[in-house]
Order: sequence, then structure tokens, then C-alpha cells
Amino acid sequence: MTDSNQWLDSLPAPNGILESVQRRGREALTQTKAPNNSFENWRLTDIRKLENLLTLPVYKKENSIENDFPLKVVRPPSDGIRLILNHNSDPLERVNLPKGLSSLTKLELEQNLGRTNAKCLFQEEWPVALNYASASNLLALKVTGKAPPIELILSSNPNQFNPTRVIFVLEENAELDLLEIAMGSEESAHSHLIEIHLSQESKVQHGMIAIGKKDSHLLCNIAIQQDIRSEYSLTCVQTGWSLARLEPHVVQVNGNAKTNIKGLQLSKKDQQLTTNTQIRFDGPDGMIEQLQKSAATDKSQCIFNGVIEVPRIAQRSNASQLSRNLLLSKKARIDTKPELRIIADDVRCAHGATVSQLKEDELFYLRSRGISSAKAADLLLKGFYQEILSLLPVEADRWDVLNTLLDS
Amino acid sequence: MINKDSKLILEITDLHARIEDQAILQGVNLRIKAGEIHAIMGRNGSGKSTLSKIIAGHPAYTVTSGEIKYKGENLMNMEPENRSRVGIFLGFQYPVEIPGVSNLEFLRVATNARRQELGEEELDTFDFEDLVQKRLELVQMDPAFLNRSVNEGFSGGEKKRNEILQMALLEPSLSILDETDSGLDIDALRIVAAGINQLAKPNTATLLITHYQRLLNEITPDFVHVMASGRILRTGGSELALDLEKDGYEWVEKINKDKEKV
Repeated sequence: MTDSNQWLDSLPAPNGILESVQRRGREALTQTKAPNNSFENWRLTDIRKLENLLTLPVYKKENSIENDFPLKVVRPPSDGIRLILNHNSDPLERVNLPKGLSSLTKLELEQNLGRTNAKCLFQEEWPVALNYASASNLLALKVTGKAPPIELILSSNPNQFNPTRVIFVLEENAELDLLEIAMGSEESAHSHLIEIHLSQESKVQHGMIAIGKKDSHLLCNIAIQQDIRSEYSLTCVQTGWSLARLEPHVVQVNGNAKTNIKGLQLSKKDQQLTTNTQIRFDGPDGMIEQLQKSAATDKSQCIFNGVIEVPRIAQRSNASQLSRNLLLSKKARIDTKPELRIIADDVRCAHGATVSQLKEDELFYLRSRGISSAKAADLLLKGFYQEILSLLPVEADRWDVLNTLLDS
Repeated sequence: MINKDSKLILEITDLHARIEDQAILQGVNLRIKAGEIHAIMGRNGSGKSTLSKIIAGHPAYTVTSGEIKYKGENLMNMEPENRSRVGIFLGFQYPVEIPGVSNLEFLRVATNARRQELGEEELDTFDFEDLVQKRLELVQMDPAFLNRSVNEGFSGGEKKRNEILQMALLEPSLSILDETDSGLDIDALRIVAAGINQLAKPNTATLLITHYQRLLNEITPDFVHVMASGRILRTGGSELALDLEKDGYEWVEKINKDKEKV
């Protein structure tokens, strides 16, 4: 593994609103061993691909999002706002925030920044330390009442390491629909960290569309803290990255909240896509429903590790976790590990995993109706993907993700 | 309706087939002309469903000898989708559920594949919806089922109605209906049977596969065949089905064994 010290030396001196965080991140990196396959969490990761990350400079050029990104062809959400986030400019510059959204004050920022990360035990994670060390800008918003939907564009430059960081704090009874769009540029890396704190009875519908390009890399950490009677739904779709690692961690701090996680990853060529989720009930009467789907073709690999922790305090929790996977070629690989860690004795928990190819009886049924085998396979894949895509919030159809997936 | 001068639609000659290492069909012979309704009856495992799947081109089965001709053309090297396009329809005993695929879209794609073969213009979404609404009346099916995934969460009866709806849209020349009566209550059976009767025309042929007389009370076959051990043992008129209902299959098999001894 490439020495991270060299990469750290290439960073500019800590500065700006995240100066202290940068110092902390850099310190952590000097003291933390870079991941290798002997670490349980990185056991299956292609470490050679990780090495590429640390060869990319953080600050190279001004962002050229208009050139690289299909923003001109995808209209903004009709009733919401579009914000563009990059590492070197204020995302709220020239933006009038609508009712229900406001910037966190300095005090609020001090109180909240990193708090949810700590609850989710992200502090010690290597990808988070990378983000801490390099991110220089931040989108930090408070949500009050029912806010208009937000589309958040996470911009990325080619031949560059692109760090972005976001924090949302929802007040009691607040509601937010959020769609994040990350489209990797060629030979780039994107490090994204988002924290969302849901106060009592607040609701978030969170979507993430992450589509990479040639030799692009994504490290994405999603930290969610739920107070009682809050509801959080996450729908993630990722494809096209040489290496991607999506890690949503959710903590129901006093239980009695609802969490719904749906994920879809499609890998091709020699890509390696990973989703690692961790959900913890720190109180009773919590609910989690999770469905993770993967499809792998060519000689690519999809990995899913899903941990649900139900400690003794989490009595009457209700957890359901399902992993459904399609192997679309002989050389592709699927590794899936749904995992329930249950200590409480009065709970309803179920989990399961299936790995299969396209079903012959389904293909024959469609073919027996005059549909060619290629079109039949397309229809079946479409059905497989659509179950997840249909749940993306904020008029996500505008991004035509289905055709991107089918073109693969 | 028997008409000596009608064109031959299906001609099966000495058909042998297997799945993996297991021989299932062992010399099937069958000729069906336009306008005729045939019924194949037989015990479980006699080869009835296998025969229907082989005619439709199921890739899991291998034809080891014999041939199947449809309107004079050898089907052996024809893909299942092409068999459908030229007018062969198989109504499934267990219609497959396909989550996430809209029933309406599936029906439209299938209908357009057939129309293309017939040299007709493909239907866009709006025109297709007009057509499908008319065809729904034939099977008295709730239009809400169009917006659901193919067969997903349908009851047994709804699945069978959906099969007949597909038959009505594809307008096949040869319809093979594999145990269409299974899972139907009496009212649903009458509706489905009425649909099949309406779709049977002088230029089409129908092959019913069934265990029971009750379907044949609603659809009168011109010929009844009894199948056992991968062969058609006996052929008769509609009265043969009544004899089977009364006496079971044993007597047919016994006659066959006696013949073999001779």
C-alpha cells in the first residue's frame, strides 16, 4: 500500500472552516495503518485500486463541473433546489435558501460537526480520516418544518482527489427529501462524508445516485443518527466505478424509530463495488427494513456486508434484512454477508441472501410470447433494478438511471 | 369443427424427447387441422405437459428423434420466440411471476412482436391500451391487473385469465392450453372457457391438456387423445373423455398392454 505520508505532504496547510478537522484527520492518518487485506473490513477489497487514490492530488484546478456533468440536460427538481458542492467554493454562494432551510450557526456547527460520525463509530475509519484530512469546504444546513426537496450535486474533477462534506440537522417534526448525485470523472477519486441528525419525529427520504466513469473511485460514508419516532429512508444506486465503497451507518439512539435501507449495485468489467451497512438499535422498539441488490457481470465483483446490532437494551426490535444478487457471467463474483448480532431476547429479526442467474423459467415465459432472449433478459433486469429505482426521491427519473444500468 | 379439407396446422411424427437423461416422450404422433379442437388427457407424468413445452420450444428438453411440423415447416431449429411470432401459443399450467416487469408493458412488447411478424404496424402505448381494454372484456379481467407486475400476487384464476388475455392479444393459429382449468372455480372456469371458445376460429387450432372432464363440458373437443408413458395410446371423439371420467385411465392402459403382448 502506498504510504499516505507522501499524499499528506502534498496537501496544503490546514485552513478554513474545517482547519481543526483537517489537522485531526492528518494526525489520524499518520498514526493509522493504511487498509490491507488482513483487516476484516477490507478483506475482499482490491488494495491495488486503493493505491491509486493516494496518487491523486487534492487541489489541482478549478472545478469544471459544467463541462463534465450532464447538468445542462437534466433539469433541476421542479419544486426543490439544486445545490452544487465542490471542495473549493461555498455551495451557498449566490443561493437564497428557501423557507425551512438555514445555514448552521457557528455554535450549532460546533455542537453538531462530527457528533453523528462519533455515534456511528466512523471516527476511526480510514476513509473518514482521508475526508477529514482533505475536505476544505462544507455544506451545513438546518431543516425546520417541511423543507423543499434538495438535489445535491457532488462535483468531481478528473485526475484529482475530490473531497466533499455535508451535514444536515433536522429539528423536531422536520421533513426533508434529499437526492445526492455523484458522478465520478475519469481517473478520479471522490471522498464523500455526510452526517444527518434526525431529531424526534423528523423524516428524511434520502437518495443517492453514484455513477462512476473509467478509473474513478468512490469512498462514501453516510452517518445517520435517529432520535425516537424519526423515520429515515435511504435508497442508493451505484455503478460504473473502478472501486466504490458505500458505507451507511445508522444509529437509533433511543430506539423506537424506523429505518428503511434499499441498495442496488451493478458492476461490470473489472469493477469492484462494495456496500457496507451497519445499523444499531440503542433502545427498544426500533424497526429496520433492508433490501440490498447486486448484479455483477464480466469479471467484476459486488460485495455486501450488512450488520444489524440488537443489544440487550433493544427489546421488541423488528429487523428484516434481505440480500438478492444476480450473477450475470461466469467470471463475475458476488460476496454477500447479511449479519444479525442479537443479544436482546424479545425481538423479531429475519435475514436472508440469494445468489442466482436470470431464471430460466422466467426467460422462457417471456420468449414464449415472442420476446427475443436479449429483450427478455433486459426486461428481467429492468424488473430487478426497478424495484429499487422506483424508491429514489426527488423526481429521480430525470436522471434516467435505468437506461444507464441497462446500457451496461 | 372437423373439416376434411382444412389445412394441417400441426403434425407430430414419432416424437421422442428427454430431459437430461430421462426419456419422456417415446413416439408421439399427432395431427391437428385448422378449425379442430383436440384434448389430451392422461395421468400425471404421462408426458402431456412435456409435449406442450416441446412444441413451444422449451430449451430444457432435447428432441432425440421424430419431428414437429407447423403449417408444413419443421420447428426443430426454431427459437421459442420465433415459434410464438409465427402463431404458436402456450398457455402455461403455472404462469410465471416476474417481479418489477409491468404486465401492460409485457403484453405490449409481446403483441408488437407478433404484429411485426404479421407485417402489421407496431402499436404505441395509447393504441395498445385501447386494444387491451377491448380484449379484457373477453376474460372479464379487472384492468387494475395491467398495472401490476406480470402475474405477481395474482390468484390462480387471475393468472389463467391473464394467459387467455395474452392469447386474445396474440391471435395465434395454434393454441396449446396446459391445464388451463387447474386452480379455477366454476365461475372462472366458465369465463375462461367462453374466452377460449370465442377465440377458436375456422382457421385456428386448439390443443387442450387436461385431467378432467369439467373443462370439456364447456369446450367440446373434436378429438380426445389419451396419453401414457410418453405416447398417445388411444384417440376418440368427445365421448372418450366421458368414458375416462367414468372408468379412469386403467382400462386404456390395460388395452395397451394387451396390444403389446399380442
